[in-house]
Amino acid sequence: MAKTVDQYFDDLQQTRVWRSIFRSGTGSSTLKRALAIQQNVFLHLFSTKVRTRMLSFSATWYLGTLTLGTFLILVATGIPLMLYYHPSVPQAYADTKDLQFVVSSGMFLRNLHRWSAHAMVFLVFAHMFKVFYRGAYRTPREFNWVIGVVLLLITLLLSYTGYLLPWDQLAYWAITVGSNIASAVPLVGEKIHFLLLGGNAVNANALLRFYVLHCMILPLAAIFFVAIHFWRIRKDGGLYSHASEPATLRAASKDAAAATEAQ
Amino acid sequence: MAEEKKGELGSELSRRQFFTKLGLGSLSIAAVGTAAFSYQYLEPNVLYEPSPVVNAGKPDRYPLDSVTLDVNNGIYIIHSQEGYFSLSAVCTHLGCMTAWKQELGIIACPCHGSKFEQNGKKIEGPAPKPLPWKRVWLNDDGDLLVDRSTDVPPLARDSFVRV
Repeated sequence: MAKTVDQYFDDLQQTRVWRSIFRSGTGSSTLKRALAIQQNVFLHLFSTKVRTRMLSFSATWYLGTLTLGTFLILVATGIPLMLYYHPSVPQAYADTKDLQFVVSSGMFLRNLHRWSAHAMVFLVFAHMFKVFYRGAYRTPREFNWVIGVVLLLITLLLSYTGYLLPWDQLAYWAITVGSNIASAVPLVGEKIHFLLLGGNAVNANALLRFYVLHCMILPLAAIFFVAIHFWRIRKDGGLYSHASEPATLRAASKDAAAATEAQ
Repeated sequence: MAEEKKGELGSELSRRQFFTKLGLGSLSIAAVGTAAFSYQYLEPNVLYEPSPVVNAGKPDRYPLDSVTLDVNNGIYIIHSQEGYFSLSAVCTHLGCMTAWKQELGIIACPCHGSKFEQNGKKIEGPAPKPLPWKRVWLNDDGDLLVDRSTDVPPLARDSFVRV
């Protein structure tokens, strides 16, 4: 007998990919129905418990927390910068100069925004290396690694779109080169290039599109994924879980414990 | 026997299943429509970009055996023994503006070091293609016009303007 659509869906729900994305199991028992709500970030934001162990400095060096810190600084400095910046060809460069040399504390805010952006990219990579070398991408955290990769891309896109906004020579040619790289995509490359710039060359449309991406779309996307990212850390057993350590590390700690006992 | 019964029941739609399917079906159609309209919205129908046709002025502005860069329009006007012709000054690698190096007699790109001959031929990469030749002609006032949107075959007889 041929399988029905429902049976295919049931099979899909049993796959490793599905189970890594949706933590609650399938079924219609009271428990499963409660879990379906409790284990959904949009329906139940706060985790039911937090281990004190996962807050220890040794587990993470707080690289993820520091990344969040730079993101918050970028939001806090970016919003005041928007008050003096017009995303239009005649004004953008002059506004940037005004922010740097005329507006009170403008130089401080702009430089803080710039240095935090650099720091955020550095910290995202450091965080990623840390997670990789500690094996913290293993089951049940595979999906959180995937969300982390999405957040890495969003971070790089935020840097890239912000780079055009001063509208100076450096910005103009960097975006010309970068958007031409996008047109190297097979078949749809030219279309992507056209949609990204809103035209055939880096011009008024491109400046406005990059501004909207930089100030609205990408930050909202980042907040959306950061919410899931943080919530998954807690749901997946916290930052520090012995079971997901590499076997070699476990063996090493066992040897060390044995040596201590022998003394 | 039980299986048979099950099959019969499964083939019959209950009122609830019917409305679920109807609802999901309408939502899917609406989603596809939204995606199509969003794509159309993102693609500008009118572009306020400079015209591809550039007036390069009177030909006698350009001395024989000279290469002149029009940096604002991204083209070279070259007056060679065979006549006037125009090259795109936009590097075929990633779109930087190239420059004419008088002392070396070559066109060079400042971004990634591509080099071209005076007739657009590639000397070395990373540029994948030579600089394209653009259509040139004289208008009724005797001005040299260049159409940046039309490529012409390099070194072909019709690709030059003779005055």
